[in-house]
Amino acid sequence: MKGVPFHRRKETKLVLRYLIAAFLVVIFVFPIYWLFAISFKTPAEIFAFPPVWYPKSIQFNNYAVLFKDGDAKTVGNSLVLASVSTLFAMIFGTIAAYSLVRFKTGGENLAVWIISQRMMPPVAIAFPIFLFYVWLGWVDTYIGLIILYTAFSLPYVIWMMRGYIEEIPLELEESALIDGCNRWEVLWKVVLPMARSGLFATAVFTFVFSWNDFLFALILTRTEVMTYTVQVTHYFGGQSNFWSKIAAMSVLGTIPVFITVATLQRYLVRGISMGAVKG
Amino acid sequence: MTAIAHPDRNFKYWLISPAIFLLLLVGLFPLIFSLVVSFMRVTMLETDTSFAGLANYAQLFHDARLWQSLLHTVLIMVIALPVELLLGLAMAYLFLDRLPGRQLLVSLLVLPTIISPIVAGATWRLLFDNRYGPINQIIGWFAGHPVPALWTVNPGLVYPAIIFCEIWQWTPFMFLILLAALSNVDRSLTEAAEIDGARFWRSFRYVVLPAIFPVMSIAILIRGLDLFRIFDIIWALTAGGPGTMTETISVYTYVQGFRQFETSYTAAIAFLVIALLTVIVTWAIRRMGLAK
Repeated sequence: MKGVPFHRRKETKLVLRYLIAAFLVVIFVFPIYWLFAISFKTPAEIFAFPPVWYPKSIQFNNYAVLFKDGDAKTVGNSLVLASVSTLFAMIFGTIAAYSLVRFKTGGENLAVWIISQRMMPPVAIAFPIFLFYVWLGWVDTYIGLIILYTAFSLPYVIWMMRGYIEEIPLELEESALIDGCNRWEVLWKVVLPMARSGLFATAVFTFVFSWNDFLFALILTRTEVMTYTVQVTHYFGGQSNFWSKIAAMSVLGTIPVFITVATLQRYLVRGISMGAVKG
Repeated sequence: MTAIAHPDRNFKYWLISPAIFLLLLVGLFPLIFSLVVSFMRVTMLETDTSFAGLANYAQLFHDARLWQSLLHTVLIMVIALPVELLLGLAMAYLFLDRLPGRQLLVSLLVLPTIISPIVAGATWRLLFDNRYGPINQIIGWFAGHPVPALWTVNPGLVYPAIIFCEIWQWTPFMFLILLAALSNVDRSLTEAAEIDGARFWRSFRYVVLPAIFPVMSIAILIRGLDLFRIFDIIWALTAGGPGTMTETISVYTYVQGFRQFETSYTAAIAFLVIALLTVIVTWAIRRMGLAK
């Protein structure tokens, strides 16, 4: 690069960086493109050799089949389980986080214990939970999975909300107390409005984590509340005419996540790093 | 304040008790249950529930398949985690400076991380198909002849297949976190384009790395733990096969509990894993000062 004027050198670097960036985007997005493409292809296009790189025309047959067979119902199940458990986890998690931040309840040990619950390998406790649920009659019920997802989301919600609540100035709460509000009113009228954007972002990520779960749904659902992730794996196996179903069902389960995350871009980093980076 | 001090005193416990109750219900209960059952002889197929003492734990030491599954888990982790970290860091540097359309490109790059791991596995299953998948086709272009590689069946290719999928899904996670961490570092120290190689490495080693280290270690912890319990991607791609070649600790535990119905023995495995992780995680969290 010797002899090239400095500003020219910088431009060359920019072009080079741009090319590498574009290459990376193609690599990382291509698998997702392929999934979407298959979901719109005809069987002849899916099983063409050499592979067809894009569907000739957009047709929704693969999706129509899912709705006709009732398989699409599993997306509805995922929706109910993920949203109801998110609501509960947000309520219980936020008040618990408030208790941890403002009153130092249980000290540092309790906070560490709570976060360590998130670190447990699900499969290790899934089995005892399964036996417990058989005994309670909770296998393949909404209540069983909602309680499970709620409990599994709690450490995340508590951890995230702890960070957001810590940022609220204590003076605001004190002045509300002096104005005659009781503790619940302070929480409802001061803390929650102040933490609103944090609440919203945390709720969305909690929703996505429950929505994406596979292992618990595999173990604890049979037919009634089967989620879309389990439904996808039912198409695996010998018969290759299930390819269109794998793709269409995967897309159905992925679009809601793309939409929610797209609307929440500015919280993305903090959300997936469990608050490690303030965003 | 004495008048309202009394109801106030229990307020903090009222707030935290529902969460604690739920965590105990699905967290501590299974732990105790596992412990009790692991000392018995329970299987789902027989009615014998006699006391077994430490027999199940003794069996752990003689279970070659268990230790192999642990080895498989570690193998995937020691390859995937450094690659994700280094590639993520390199990508973060690439996107750190001004770049037209940066926001859109970053959003596109992050897509793999937010989809369900089971969908990621399913997607790569389709990509890896020996005949109708695009990967063999693309390799064929470079090789100059058709390549019929059986990615999810051939013993020499199953690990690369799993690790590709894993790296594809989670490198963007590292990238996003490290990009945010680097953005918080003084820009004059990170502008690789403006300074020569030696100075760049020196400033990276002594200034940038210590600055991003806390965030980086949390990212490594989160990913390390996720890799330790890897299940979905493997279930979708190989289901532990061929044979038991790609069986990880999570897959093996699942098979013991839900295919072999070895209730007590599964509980012993589960307790071993929980005990192992509790010690490591508690140590790591305290060490990193995460609790503060």
